[in-house]
Amino acid sequence: MRRRRHVTFLLGVVISAALAGTAALSLVYTPSDPLAMAGGSRLQAPTRAHPFGTDHYGRDVLSRVMAGAPTSIAVGVIAVGIGALVGIVLGLASGWIGGWLDEGAMRLIDAVQGFPAILSALLFSAVFAPGIGISMVAIGVAFVPAFARLTRGAVLELRDREFVVAARALGARDRRLVLRHILPNTLAPLIVQATTSFPVSILSEAALAYLGLGTQPPHPSWGLMLKEAQNFLGMNPWFAVFPGAAIAMAVLGLNLLGDGLRDLLDPRTALG
Amino acid sequence: MFVATLFFVSALVFIVVRLLPGDPATLILGVESTPETLARLRHAMGLDRPLPLQYVDWLARAVRGDLGTSIQYDLPVGRLILSRLPVTLPLAVLAAAMMVAVALPLGIYAATHHRRAGDYTAMLTSQLGIAVPAFWSGLLLILLFSVRLGWFRSGGFDGWSAGVWTGVKSLLLPAIALGAFQAAVLVRATRSAVLEVLREDFVRTARAKGLREGRVVHRHALRNAMIPIVTVIGVQLGQLIAGAIVLESVFALPGLGRLALGAISARDLPVVQGVTLFVAASIVFINFAVDLAYAALDPRIRYE
Repeated sequence: MRRRRHVTFLLGVVISAALAGTAALSLVYTPSDPLAMAGGSRLQAPTRAHPFGTDHYGRDVLSRVMAGAPTSIAVGVIAVGIGALVGIVLGLASGWIGGWLDEGAMRLIDAVQGFPAILSALLFSAVFAPGIGISMVAIGVAFVPAFARLTRGAVLELRDREFVVAARALGARDRRLVLRHILPNTLAPLIVQATTSFPVSILSEAALAYLGLGTQPPHPSWGLMLKEAQNFLGMNPWFAVFPGAAIAMAVLGLNLLGDGLRDLLDPRTALG
Repeated sequence: MFVATLFFVSALVFIVVRLLPGDPATLILGVESTPETLARLRHAMGLDRPLPLQYVDWLARAVRGDLGTSIQYDLPVGRLILSRLPVTLPLAVLAAAMMVAVALPLGIYAATHHRRAGDYTAMLTSQLGIAVPAFWSGLLLILLFSVRLGWFRSGGFDGWSAGVWTGVKSLLLPAIALGAFQAAVLVRATRSAVLEVLREDFVRTARAKGLREGRVVHRHALRNAMIPIVTVIGVQLGQLIAGAIVLESVFALPGLGRLALGAISARDLPVVQGVTLFVAASIVFINFAVDLAYAALDPRIRYE
C-alpha cells in the first residue's frame, strides 16, 4: 500500500516542518514574552488573549511552549551528534582493527547499554550540577551502543569486499580505506538511526527536565513546564495539557518522518 | 564475558564519580575544616592512595554488598537500596506484565491481519502511544482518575504492610502509564517479527500441508518469531526500570528513583553511586539473561 506510506510520510514532513518553523519563529516572535510574569492573571484557562492559558506566574503558556521548541531541538541535535560521533568512531575502530580491541570495545558497549539516559543523568547531576549540558551528554551516551554496533556490523560486512581489497591493492592506507571506502557505504543505515534517535532524545530531554536533572528554570522546556503544572492540576488542568501535547506532536511527526526516510534510504528493513 | 561487562560498568561509575570537582573529604567536612582533619579523613577514606588501588578496593567491597554509607541517612547504602526495592521492582514487573499482555496479542493480530483495518488501527494506536511520554500520560491519568473522578490517590505509597491491594492500587496508574508506552513499542516489534516469519518457506509448506491457520501461526510462526521479540523485550525491561524512576516521581512513590533524586539535592554521593551501580548492573544482567533465553528458544543456538 504505497499510498498510505506516502500519506504518513507527508504528515511527518508537515509536522516536523511545523516544529522547526515554530522553533525558528519563537526566536524572533512569541505572542507574549515567555518570561514576563503577570500576578493578576495566574493559572487561567485558555482565553482569547492566552490561547493555551497562563501558568502559576501568569506567564503565557503558548509563548512558553513555542520557546520550548528550540530547547528540545538543540538538545536533540547535540545528543544525537554525540552518540553518532562516539559510536561511529568506536564502531569503525573495533570493526576495522578487530582482535582484542574489538572484544574490549564490545564489552564496553554492553556496559554502556546498562546506562539509560536517566541513569547517567542521575550520576552526572550528583557529580556536577544538573543542567542542559548534562541532558545532552547523558542522552548522547545512551545512543552510543546503537551507532557503534551498526557501524561495526557494516565494517565487518564491507571489509573483505572486492572494492576494498582493490583499493588496498592500489596502495590505499587504512585511513583512506576507512574514510573514503567504508564509511560512505555505511551512511544510509546511520542516517536512519540518527533520524529515529532524534524523537527519542526529545522524549528523554522532557523526562530529564521533568525530574529536575536537565534544563533549569526559568528557561522554557516542555518537561520542566509539566513539572510545574503538576502542582496545579486541580486549579488549571490545561497547564498540564499543552506542553505534553507539544511533546507528543513533535515526537509523532519526527517518528513518521523517520519511518518514511527508512523506507526510502534503507529498503531492506522496510516492512509494509 | 558477563563479568567483563560488569567490570566496565563499575569502572564507568567509579571514573565519573572521581571526576567530581573538589574532593570528597572537603565535601563532608566543609570548607572551614583544618588541613590536619582533612588529611586524616582522606587517609581514613583511602583517598591518599593511587586511583587504581582505590578502585580495586571499592570494587571488592561492592562485590561483597558494601556500597558505602549514606551521608544523609548515616545508613549503609546497600540497606537503603533494599528498602526501596519493594516499590520499584513491583512497579517495573507490573508494567512489564501489562506491556506483554497487551502488546503480544495485538502485534500477532496485526501481523495475521496484515493490511486490513485491524492492522491499521493497531499501528495507528501504537504510533500515538510511542509519541506520548509516560510521565505525561501519568499526569493525565492523575488528572482523570484522582482529580476528576477521585477513584485513586494522586500519589504516595503506604507500604505493603497496609495490604496487598492497597499497595497494588498505588502502583496501578504508574504501571499503566509506563506499560502503555512500552507496549506501543513492543506491538510494532512483534508485528514485524511475525510478518517476517509468515513469509518464510516453511510457513507456506505448513499451509500447503493443509494445517489450519491458527496452528500454522502458533506452532510454526510464533516459535520462530520469538527470538527477535525476546530481544526487544530484554531491551525494554531495562527501559522499564529507567522509566520506573521517572514514574516514581510523578506519583510520589518512595522507590529507588526518588532515593537517588533526593540524594542529589542532599549531595549524598555514595547513595547516587550505589543506586547507579545497582541499576546499571541489573540491566546488564537482564541483557545477559536474554542472551541465555535464546538458547532455550532456539536449539540451533549454543553457547560454549
